[in-house]
Amino acid sequence: MKITLISRNSKDKFHFTWMTICLIIILFLPLLLGIGLYLKSKLLLDSTSVFDILFSKEWSPIEGKFGMLPFINSSLWVTIIAILIAGPICLFSAIHLTQYAKKSFLNFMHPIIDILSGIPSVVYGVWGILIIVPLVSKYIGPFFGKETTGYSILSGSIVLAVMITPFILNILIDIFQTIPKELQEASLSLGATKWQTIKKVILKKALPGIISAITLGISRAFGETMAVMMVVGNVTKLKYGVFQPGYPLPALIANNYGEMMSIPMYDSALMFAAFILFAIVLLFNFASRLLIIKYEREIK
Amino acid sequence: MRHLKIKQFEESFFRVIMFLSTLLIVLTLFLIIFTILYKGLPSLSWEMISQVPKGGFYFGKEGGILNAIIGSLYLSFGATIIAMIISLPVALFINIHLVKRKKLVNAIRFILDLLWGVPSIVYGAFGFAVMIYFGLRTSLLAGMITLTFLIIPIMIRSMDEVLKTIPIGLMEASLSLGSTRSETAYKIFFKQSLPGIITAILLSFGRAIGDAASVLFTTGYTDNIPTSISQPAATLPLSIFFQLTSPIPEVQNRAYASAIVLTFIILLISISSRFLFNKFNKHNIKS
Amino acid sequence: MDNDIKINIKDLNLFIGNKHILKNINISIPNKKLTVILGPSGCGKTTLLKTLNRLTDLYPEVKVKGNIFIDNEDILHTNKNITEIRKNMGLLSQQPYPLPMNIFRNVTYGLRISGRRNRKILKNRVEHYLKQVNLWDEVKDRLKDSASQLSIGQQQRLCLARGLAVDPEIILADEPTSALDPISSQTIENEFLTFNGNYTIIVVTHSLRQAKRIADYVIFMYLGEVIEQNSADEFFNNPKEEKTKEYLKGIFN
Repeated sequence: MKITLISRNSKDKFHFTWMTICLIIILFLPLLLGIGLYLKSKLLLDSTSVFDILFSKEWSPIEGKFGMLPFINSSLWVTIIAILIAGPICLFSAIHLTQYAKKSFLNFMHPIIDILSGIPSVVYGVWGILIIVPLVSKYIGPFFGKETTGYSILSGSIVLAVMITPFILNILIDIFQTIPKELQEASLSLGATKWQTIKKVILKKALPGIISAITLGISRAFGETMAVMMVVGNVTKLKYGVFQPGYPLPALIANNYGEMMSIPMYDSALMFAAFILFAIVLLFNFASRLLIIKYEREIK
Repeated sequence: MRHLKIKQFEESFFRVIMFLSTLLIVLTLFLIIFTILYKGLPSLSWEMISQVPKGGFYFGKEGGILNAIIGSLYLSFGATIIAMIISLPVALFINIHLVKRKKLVNAIRFILDLLWGVPSIVYGAFGFAVMIYFGLRTSLLAGMITLTFLIIPIMIRSMDEVLKTIPIGLMEASLSLGSTRSETAYKIFFKQSLPGIITAILLSFGRAIGDAASVLFTTGYTDNIPTSISQPAATLPLSIFFQLTSPIPEVQNRAYASAIVLTFIILLISISSRFLFNKFNKHNIKS
Repeated sequence: MDNDIKINIKDLNLFIGNKHILKNINISIPNKKLTVILGPSGCGKTTLLKTLNRLTDLYPEVKVKGNIFIDNEDILHTNKNITEIRKNMGLLSQQPYPLPMNIFRNVTYGLRISGRRNRKILKNRVEHYLKQVNLWDEVKDRLKDSASQLSIGQQQRLCLARGLAVDPEIILADEPTSALDPISSQTIENEFLTFNGNYTIIVVTHSLRQAKRIADYVIFMYLGEVIEQNSADEFFNNPKEEKTKEYLKGIFN
């Protein structure tokens, strides 16, 4: 009896130690990621100022010029247009699903959202090449009187919009569902119509939640790599426009991994691009998570 | 009266818009699946999923993508298992040992959520940097480690979401019977949340098998099936990507067929996780 | 110390954050008798019960001061393993929490983790304890079924059997019948009455009638303080404190 108790306690100690080690590793991971990428990009940062890298247009690795403005610009454009497309659609759909639709319809939508969010990036890319790129070059472009190959900022944005839709929609549905029923009932019993209640009470109450859902969507879109890379053209041009090809940061990293070893600065520059991505995404995530926590506290 | 009519019109108008938004989302899913099937099915054959690429495969000649299928499975299994060894203890730890430290636990959850949001290309770049630092070459092992980083936050948070719904009364009951904390963790809480834990693992597996950006730098690519973890391996997403960049129509068609294979694997995982959840969900607590 | 005293609490104070939940508790709980802790809801009686086997360790911001002597061992300041202390006290909570395993394993759980795995002995024990809580006839053919398939009343009796199987000296029960139907409640009460004399039983309840039916000894609490403690006879027939008299008359609840 005594012996088993001792062995049980040492087992308990062992588990405790292992659990603590695992936890500490995980908690240091963000720090490790940041430091690792920073150290790798230090070579570039020592020779060029951050300002020059971020705001210079000249990208010519052979000459040692690493201006990232075109890439940052592309990233911003693709992300903003994607959010402008996906945001309203998700918001409308979320209101429909949580306020008007029957419960059974919401249950029907859950697996659909799950499957959409499970489809791999590459498959979205394939679909983008097959449907969106021709759509843009044959219909949308000519409609606006522009000539385009279809491999453009707009195509990237549309594919990206489809990809982040399940992600944003899921959060929005959760947010609308946390709003207490009593609040709506109070408004309805004061003589407001359902639509007025939604406009004046529910949307107002959910606003911080909606903002953070959109922000999370932005950070998700900003880092998305494969699908965008497949349809966006990957050319840096001085001409800007939604029907022009673009070259976002993630695509820059992914496309050049093979050659970057031959020029040491190049390697460093790509790591710095990854560092920028990491920092921006972390910042957006940080802000929106804080907002969500605050929102949940207020609702309760 | 007119005012009321305008109001009613406004509501009807927005209801139509909202319904159309939902419809658009549903139709998009079906369009995606239809497109992939329509383009890929003609090229899908047994030969394609049972053979490795032969000479001239990338010029439209014989062979298949078995190397990529096996490579992806090896890679994802490996990463999922390593991630499990780390994630399960952490998820149990924060829900059992740290039950008294609410603020600390919330901080941990916050960090995990941040990690969840980090793009896979960043993990890829980081994994590459680590790989170079340790003098490793592109290999299954390097890919597994990178993927492990990517899926650990997903796995822990999904497990955690299930574990935190278990009432504290069950912990009290277990401790009162003389269990140690780790016995409570592995014998009681683990079993109680088994369906959710399986779902979390499958979810992470699905995420791992579909991800390309994180393994782009670290796993390499080969036409052979790897026989050890120090060899490079092909993955399905990358194989699709490479075939698609070819100008030869036969090769492109095979990319579409490969996309079917990948989508099918993902759907299979998603459906089986639902099935397993129901099958193992028998120890529910009544209240 | 008096041999007939099992638990002796001295100057116990408990805080949750800044709230003073238990105030200067001084009580003695008699050995192998049934003690009822009685009082209106929110008076701290459940917290007091959970302090006895240190389940309060699980709750955030809880601070405990004072001494709790069980067989002259101060469990708040002891080198002894907390697992051992808890094992000596079976817990029956308001709601039954069956372990996520089958009925047989629920009863044998405590034995198995302490290393007793002889199949025959385990079988014997299961039958013995399930009979003791009047559950054997209802479940003897379905011992391999998940315990969560039982009704709430059956689950509560199973939890009692499970607690008895680790052979505790003390049974702590926190309003064990409040979630149950009248018949199951009665069964549990009857079981307490039959055990009496073998275990030190402490039952928390807010039901005056239940207290009258089962108590040997009564501790009356109000707003975190112990107002009166006495044998059941004295307490119900000859209360000393004004608050007790009011409570017995049903003036407040």
